[in-house]
Amino acid sequence: MIQELTIMAILLGIIHSGIRLATPYLFAALGEMFGQRSGVLNLGVEGIMLMGAFFGFYVLFKTGNPWLGMGAAAVVGILMGLLMSVVSITLQAEQGISGIGLYMFGLGMSSLLFKTMLGTVEGAQGFSELRFCITDSFCLADIPILGDIFFSHSVITYAAFALVPISIWILNKTTWGLKIRAAGQNPEAADSLGVSVTAVRYASVILGSALAGIAGASLSISLLGIFQENMTAGMGFIAVALVYFGGWSPVGILAGALLFSIINALQLWVQVLNLPIPSDMAVMLPYIITIIALAVPFRRAASPAALGKPFARGEN
Amino acid sequence: MSKFRISRSFWDKLIDASLPLLAVLGAFAVGAVILWLQGVNPLEAYKAMIVGAFGSKNGLADTLVKSVPLMLVALGIAIAFRAGMINIGAEGQLIVGALLATFVGLQLGDKIPGFAGIILILLAGAFMGAVWGAIPGYLKAQLGVNEILSTIMMNAIAIQVGYYLLRGPMIDPAEVAAGTNIPHSARLPKNLDMPRFTDLAQSLGFTEKAKDLGLQGYISEIYGVLAEPTRLHSGFLFAIFMAILVYIFLWRTTIGYRIRSVGLNPHASRYAGMNVKGTMVLSMTLSGMFAGLAGAVEIVGLHHRMFEPTAVSAGYGFTGIVAALFGGLHPLGIIPSSILFGGLLVGGDKMQRAMQVPQVLIMAILGLVVLFVVSTDYFVHKRQNRRVSVETSSSDDLFDDTTPAPTTAEVNA
Repeated sequence: MIQELTIMAILLGIIHSGIRLATPYLFAALGEMFGQRSGVLNLGVEGIMLMGAFFGFYVLFKTGNPWLGMGAAAVVGILMGLLMSVVSITLQAEQGISGIGLYMFGLGMSSLLFKTMLGTVEGAQGFSELRFCITDSFCLADIPILGDIFFSHSVITYAAFALVPISIWILNKTTWGLKIRAAGQNPEAADSLGVSVTAVRYASVILGSALAGIAGASLSISLLGIFQENMTAGMGFIAVALVYFGGWSPVGILAGALLFSIINALQLWVQVLNLPIPSDMAVMLPYIITIIALAVPFRRAASPAALGKPFARGEN
Repeated sequence: MSKFRISRSFWDKLIDASLPLLAVLGAFAVGAVILWLQGVNPLEAYKAMIVGAFGSKNGLADTLVKSVPLMLVALGIAIAFRAGMINIGAEGQLIVGALLATFVGLQLGDKIPGFAGIILILLAGAFMGAVWGAIPGYLKAQLGVNEILSTIMMNAIAIQVGYYLLRGPMIDPAEVAAGTNIPHSARLPKNLDMPRFTDLAQSLGFTEKAKDLGLQGYISEIYGVLAEPTRLHSGFLFAIFMAILVYIFLWRTTIGYRIRSVGLNPHASRYAGMNVKGTMVLSMTLSGMFAGLAGAVEIVGLHHRMFEPTAVSAGYGFTGIVAALFGGLHPLGIIPSSILFGGLLVGGDKMQRAMQVPQVLIMAILGLVVLFVVSTDYFVHKRQNRRVSVETSSSDDLFDDTTPAPTTAEVNA
C-alpha cells in the first residue's frame, strides 16, 4: 500500500485531515478558555460535546438541515452550561468534581437518547467541503498542495479557525474581555469596582458550553456524518488540557489544537497504511502526548489566579 | 476536641447527615422525569430496580458482588480526595491491576497453595495500580500537571495497553487455536479462585438449604445469600476489612493525619514542616493501589480471567467516585454507600430487562447524584459557618471524624 501512495500524498493527507480534525478541538478549547479566564474550571466539556453531538446529529437527521443541527447543539450547550453555572458558581461546588458529574450525565444521557430515539448508527449528509470556485473551470481547491491544505474544508472548519482572532479581540479589546480577565485574576478587586463577578462567570461558562456543544456537533455533523455512543472518546478532556498547554491564550490553543489533530491524523494513517506498529499503541499516542503537553506547556504562563475558586462576596 | 463540636445539637447533625440523602432523592426525581418523558412509568421502573437489586437472594448477592470493587475503589478515591488530589483514574488503575493480577495468576499455575497464590495475585494487582496512580501523583507534585486530566489520560492508556496485551501476548491459546481470537486471557487455575460465601458456609457446617430449615420470606433470601450457592465471594469480607483498615490509617496514624492535613491546608502543612509533595504522591499511590486491588479481586473473586478492559472496569472508577462522595469520603460511610450504588447498578440491569429502559440511564442518574451531592456541600458549609459565628470558639477539624471533604482549590491553583 505504501508503494501506491507517494510520501507527498501521504503527508498532504495527514495535514489535510489534521486541519479538519482541529475543528472540534478549537471550538471546545477556545470555549473552555473563556470559562477558565473568568475563574471557572469546566471539566464537563466532554459531556456537553456528547450532548451537542447527539442533538445536532438528530436534528440534521430529521430535518436534513445541518445549520439547524448546529443551532440545536448550541442550545443544548447553553442549557448544560447553565446547569454547570448554577452548581459551580451559585452553589460554589468543587469544580473538579462537578465537572465530572456533568460529564457522566452527558455521557449517560446522550447514550440513552441515542438508544431510544435513533436505535442504530445512521448516516447523514452534513456540510460539504467548499472549493472556492472563481470560474466554472478553476477552483482554488485545485491548486496543488495549497488547495489541499487551505481551500478544501467545510464552512464549519473555517468558522473554528476564525474563532481564534475573534477570541483574541474579545479578550483583549473589549470591556467584556477585561471583565472576564478581572473575574479570573482578582475577583475581589473586580467586585469592588462594580463588576458582577457572578454575571461575568455565568456568561463565560455558558458561552464556553455553547461552543462545546457546537464542537460536538462539528464532529457528528461536519466531520463524520454519524453519531455513536461516546463518540468523542476523551476529546473534551483533551480540549481542557489544551487550554493549560496553550497558556490560556488563543494562539497557544491554536498551536496545541493543530499539534493534536495532526498527531491524531498521523495515528489514523498508521492504521490505514498497516505500518508495523500495533494499532492499540497508535491509538494511545494522543493521550500520552497530552500528559507530556501538560508537563511542558506552550509557554510558561501563570494560570488565572482565581481559577477553580468559587467567589462569595464578603467571604474571601 | 473543641467545645463547639460537643455542643452541636442532635438536630444539626441529623440535618447535615440527611443532606446527601436529599441530594440522591433529588437526582432520582430528575431521573423520574426522564423516565416519564420516555413514556415509562417511573414508579414501576424504580420498583423493578429496587426489587431487582434487593428483593431476592440472587439480586442481593449480585448487589454485594458489585459493591466489592466499588468499595475498594471508593476507599482509594477517599484517600486521594482527603489529601486534596482528585483521582479520576481508578478506571485505568483497576484495569492495569487486573492485568498484572491475571498475568501473575497464570504464571503461578496450580503448583502453589491457593491461599498463598491469591495473596500474591492481590499484591500484584495492588502494586500495578499503585504504579499507575503514582505517575500522575508525581507529575502533579513535581511538574504541576493537573491530576484530573492526567488520570483521565492514564485511563485511556490503560484501556489500550489492555487491548494490546489481550490481543497479543496474553491471549488465551485456546482462542488462537479455535481461530476466534476474542481478546481474553486463559482461565486462572481453579485453586486460585477466591472462596465463595457458600464455600465458607459449608466449611463452617451450614449445609442445609433455607427450605429445609423452614425459613420463609425475606429471611430465607438473606440466609440464601449467606449459605446457598450464589456469585457472592469472600472479596466482600476483604473489602469491609480494608475499609476498617483505611479508617484506622486515616484517623489513628501519623501518615493518615498528614494526608488529611495536606488536603485541608497545604500551606499550613508545609509551614508545619510536613513533606507536602511527598504526601501528595503517597496519597495518589495509595489511591491507585486500592483501585488495582479492586481489579485483582474482580479477577480472583469473580471473572477468573481477564477480558475486554472496559468490561472489567465497568465504570467502577466513576461509580466509585459517587460512592466515595455519598459516603462522605469516610471509610465507614463508604461501606453502606457502596452497597447502595452496587444495588443501583444491579437494579439498572433488572430495570432494562423488565421495562426496556436502557441501562445507560443509570450513568445519567449517577452524574446527577454527583452534581446534587457537591451542590449540597454549599448548604453544609453555610450552616457550619453560621454555627461558628454563633459560638466564637474555634475548632480543629483535623481531630474530628466528621470533617467535611477538603476543597482542592488550593492544591489545584
